Amino acid sequence: MSINPFETVVETVDTSPPVSDETKFTTCYMCACRCGIKVHLRDGTIRYIEGNKNHPVNKGVLCAKGSAGIMQHYSPARLTKPMKRVGERGSGEFKEIEWDEALATAAEWLGDIRKSDPRKLAFFTGRDQSQSLTGWWASQFGTPNHAAHGGFCSVNMAAAGLYSIGGSFWEFGEPDWEHTKFFMMFGVAEDHDSNPIKMGLGHIKTRGAKFVSVNPVKTGYSAIADEWVGIRPGTDGLFILALVHELLRAGKVDLQYLVRYTNAPWLVIQDSGAADHGLFARDDEGRPLAFDKSSGKVVSALEADITPDLSGEHVLPDGRKAVPSFKLLAERYLDPSYAPDAVAAQTGLDAATIKRLAAEIAHAAFEQEITLDVPWTDWAGRRHEKMIGRPVAMHAMRGISAHSNGFHTCRALHVLQMLLGSIDCPGGFRYKPPFPRPAPPPLKPVGRAEQIKPGTPMAGPPLGFPMGPDDLLVDDAGNPARIDKAFSWDAPMAVHGMMHMVIHNAWAQDPYPIDTLFMYMANMSWNSTMNSKGTMEKLTDKDPETGEYRIPKIIYSDAYASEMVAYADLILPDTTYLERWDCISLLDRPICDADGAADSIRQPVVAPDRDVRPFQEVLIDLGVRLGLPGLTHEDGSAKYPGGYPDYIANHERAPGIGPLAGWRGADGTEGGKGAPNPDQLKRYVENECFWRHEFKPEERYYKHANKTYLETATKLGFIGAPNQIIMQLYVEPLQQFRLAAEGHGANQPPEKDRERIKRYFDPLPIWYQPFEESQVDTGSFPMHAITQRPAAMYHSWGGQNAWLRQLHGKNPLFMNRKQGEKLGIADGDWVYVTSHHGQIKVPVKLMEGVNPDTAWTWNAIGKRRGAWNLGKDAPEATKGFLLNHVISELLPARKDGYRYANADPVTGQAAWYDLRVRIEKAADDRPEAVSEPQFPVLKTAPTAERPKGPLQYKGRRGQ
Amino acid sequence: MTCLPTTAGSKKLGLVIDLDICVGCHACAVNCKEWNTSGHSAPLTDWNAYSDDAEEDGDEGAWGVWFNRIHTYEAGEGEDARTVHFPRSCLHCETPDCVTVCPTGASYKRAEDGIVLVNADLCIGCKLCSWACPYGAREYDKTEGVMKKCTLCVDKIYNENLEEQDRVPACVSTCPAGARHFGDLGDPDSDVSQLVAERQGYELMPEMGYKPVNRYLPPRPRRTKAEDFGAPERLADLAQRVPAGETTSDASGLLGWLDTMLSR
Repeated sequence: MSINPFETVVETVDTSPPVSDETKFTTCYMCACRCGIKVHLRDGTIRYIEGNKNHPVNKGVLCAKGSAGIMQHYSPARLTKPMKRVGERGSGEFKEIEWDEALATAAEWLGDIRKSDPRKLAFFTGRDQSQSLTGWWASQFGTPNHAAHGGFCSVNMAAAGLYSIGGSFWEFGEPDWEHTKFFMMFGVAEDHDSNPIKMGLGHIKTRGAKFVSVNPVKTGYSAIADEWVGIRPGTDGLFILALVHELLRAGKVDLQYLVRYTNAPWLVIQDSGAADHGLFARDDEGRPLAFDKSSGKVVSALEADITPDLSGEHVLPDGRKAVPSFKLLAERYLDPSYAPDAVAAQTGLDAATIKRLAAEIAHAAFEQEITLDVPWTDWAGRRHEKMIGRPVAMHAMRGISAHSNGFHTCRALHVLQMLLGSIDCPGGFRYKPPFPRPAPPPLKPVGRAEQIKPGTPMAGPPLGFPMGPDDLLVDDAGNPARIDKAFSWDAPMAVHGMMHMVIHNAWAQDPYPIDTLFMYMANMSWNSTMNSKGTMEKLTDKDPETGEYRIPKIIYSDAYASEMVAYADLILPDTTYLERWDCISLLDRPICDADGAADSIRQPVVAPDRDVRPFQEVLIDLGVRLGLPGLTHEDGSAKYPGGYPDYIANHERAPGIGPLAGWRGADGTEGGKGAPNPDQLKRYVENECFWRHEFKPEERYYKHANKTYLETATKLGFIGAPNQIIMQLYVEPLQQFRLAAEGHGANQPPEKDRERIKRYFDPLPIWYQPFEESQVDTGSFPMHAITQRPAAMYHSWGGQNAWLRQLHGKNPLFMNRKQGEKLGIADGDWVYVTSHHGQIKVPVKLMEGVNPDTAWTWNAIGKRRGAWNLGKDAPEATKGFLLNHVISELLPARKDGYRYANADPVTGQAAWYDLRVRIEKAADDRPEAVSEPQFPVLKTAPTAERPKGPLQYKGRRGQ
Repeated sequence: MTCLPTTAGSKKLGLVIDLDICVGCHACAVNCKEWNTSGHSAPLTDWNAYSDDAEEDGDEGAWGVWFNRIHTYEAGEGEDARTVHFPRSCLHCETPDCVTVCPTGASYKRAEDGIVLVNADLCIGCKLCSWACPYGAREYDKTEGVMKKCTLCVDKIYNENLEEQDRVPACVSTCPAGARHFGDLGDPDSDVSQLVAERQGYELMPEMGYKPVNRYLPPRPRRTKAEDFGAPERLADLAQRVPAGETTSDASGLLGWLDTMLSR
């Protein structure tokens, strides 16, 4: 047969090749989302990572980051061995040492501190998913100086939510994707819950619900919104309170809901000048009071069958006057200063748009009411035949939280939802267990000087929820007890601590000097700090008299050669997320959804090929060496000789409550509470590494007031007793602080803080201009500058990833096209961005979908030359940049010279997005221009090797 | 030149991509890269992966072979400009020039399902196919010296080593927003064909005459007016529950209305 050269030669395609010789389930760690993954292995090498179809978080899908896990795992930036610093701090000169020496060194440093003054250890963890262990360890060590990264991330959302509704946005609640008809999202870029949000948006758009995105930038999620509301940064509170104004004016609030589920009827004492003015009137047993219209009497507001008044003025048994908190609320927000016409200009929106959105919200909530034919029983034992839903759902994240007015703005959003009656009803915002918890949870921070004893654990956790001045961590003069000044008068409700202030305060030795700074997974010399250059200087600054570093010792644990590594004295190299055990605990940040409680684990999918150890393993080892009571028997032997997995399965925080809730009890038949089960981890592995308890249909809504749910939650150990969780429209603890500032009580703020506390501790939400905007000359700094996280990158981690860095290898400053043209700036030009704090030089990209007064860029793309084992001319370092260089960790000085943290005055949340800048075209726009500032090339610490030549990954041994 | 199959069946496997809900997150692109770098056309080579090559024109970072790329751009001006996330990969055309221009028969269209593949053993890396493809779907691997492209995960969609529900292209199973669908566009009754009919799915650049199989679903009209949502323009029109007066301009008005009996 002759061969016809023009005939197609048919290839034999193997359409059914073996994919892998083994698959293992575990939990992703490419961001904070904690999706379930299925890892395919071939010859012990990772062939493919896909989403776990059965997992409650991601239901089989996986984002770009998760799909790039292979490249993270095999990154050449991986650290390989413990190291101690041999050159000057910051030089990157290290000597590799054995683990024995590393652990002995750490134990010696920490042991000395613990025996003398445990406060001299500042232990802060970054993007830590084991905070229930790290916080407990700090407490066992005896130092109050512990927190994770919440203070610079989300504490405004957490605090505002927990004090208002006993739950919060972020990943702790979710919109009712199944039923909502109107979904409004504030300040959400790719972030926590990223896959659930994408899944949800796809779902609601397909269902035909309306999706409104309030965000100065129209990218990602906002790009697919029905309506983009391009608000001016920091003015969301005004917009939200204008919606409240409109709804109140029209009487479109769910009064029945307010009376049943909130403190709207609770009577507030009206006795101006008295020590209890503005507090709730209470009976002898401490129960709040309401006026019952049926009986005409002032009675306990907690009684079920009363007819509370919301509008009158009443006389208390002691003869004083009191009014329902709702009356105060209504009077405040009906004021014309909250009207759309009054706030429109400041928000950059049309008054007509605000009015229309209020009408649409009211229409959805009250005309589109949802009824589910699911009978349920309320907290008082009364049966209801149906579940009534107000299908308006809200979600909010960093665009709200990262402002100095973020606490009150987030409070305003919760008040709006309460007024609509849309919290945890069908179609509304839904709690994810273990929330709701009492608002706030009954847990106080520990750490005042008298609570610290050498060689002794603290009596409680370093973080908690103050109810008033008596719960602050201050001395008699009102000075902070913690190195970060959390829970001081500077930031009384800093419930996540203030990690962003630790290096500054430790350097300034204010309020006192520390000895060792111990950090985990936090790139604090670069993208996880404000004022990165200043922070590097503080990390390396020496006391001229002694020649010693002002921060004497720094221990750091990370899996990768991040910018922070060079600034540590002792490096404890961590594993990758595929080489370790972990638990995603209900005691920390679990993977629950509104319909079920869940937690999960990581299991080692492959063994480390370097001399590295999981940080949690190291922490437990150190705890044994230090003799921490929770980790050792009386004879000094280890309580958990099997290390971290042993601790996960056998540690009990309270009787029957441990890190994991699944398969408890000796035989593994109990969920939630139960004795430790030695086979627990095996059971998790068998169940694809997660556990989930699904709620019955009658438990799924009104969780704050649903008897069946509350009883289940009590049984599972989420709450102490099955009592109704009453939402707080009016937050009394704020008034407690304000009263102190007005001169009442034993614990009053120092004079410097008095006016500030009076002003910002309002029990009802307020709006005020973000601090930087109010303190700098806005004529000189006319623009806002913010960052957001790209969908395909998580902090600085992604930049080392061969695949992800192809998607975001550099970052321009994005500006509104018209604004750019006005300033004579064209696409690709280089500009100077100047703030009150500093100046950077960066490339520009003009775009349409951005608020005209706002410039923005992708977060944490910019790298320091030499870091992460990237080549020194990597575009991340030459064309990428950090906005952090122009953000100060301190506000401009007040008249008396004092500089507060650049943070929310209530919670201490870092106010990243308050930044104001001036943008000017740089003369120098040659193609070889590089972003400024530049820093000396970091000497690369010993890491895994960079592959030579092209990267040809084939998912087989030998790659 | 290379012939198209003369015995092509009616089966036309392809993708339907929903531009209404694609958020441009790159999940599909990376999961595709991850599957295929060990798949039929492995590897999907990357260059300068960690910026350690001396690049002549300055270091522009890593670059490599991708079968699926997401482009985000804005259409229009000002606030009404639409931001479009546009995933781009091979459309597995019915009459593709990328196949017919191939001088060796390396580029070919499968008769049984219409998938366009490259037989690396025959490819001489002449790049004629990439010049012929108006969609920019072909990717040259300079290290291997061959052209590569989307295989529609031909080694996944029929793979009996996988559970049946996993036998879809990687980009489809991983898409968080549910914006990607896979099926037989030659069967008018298939789910994907029905979706295309229902949403007026369209083909890219039909004027080129290559008859692409993949379809894109257009963004739904945005609803920015109250009437689009069935709501009144003014809240006052909704406020029937306010007994006295249409609205309450001050607290006494509202608080008066609060006089109703509300039981806890």
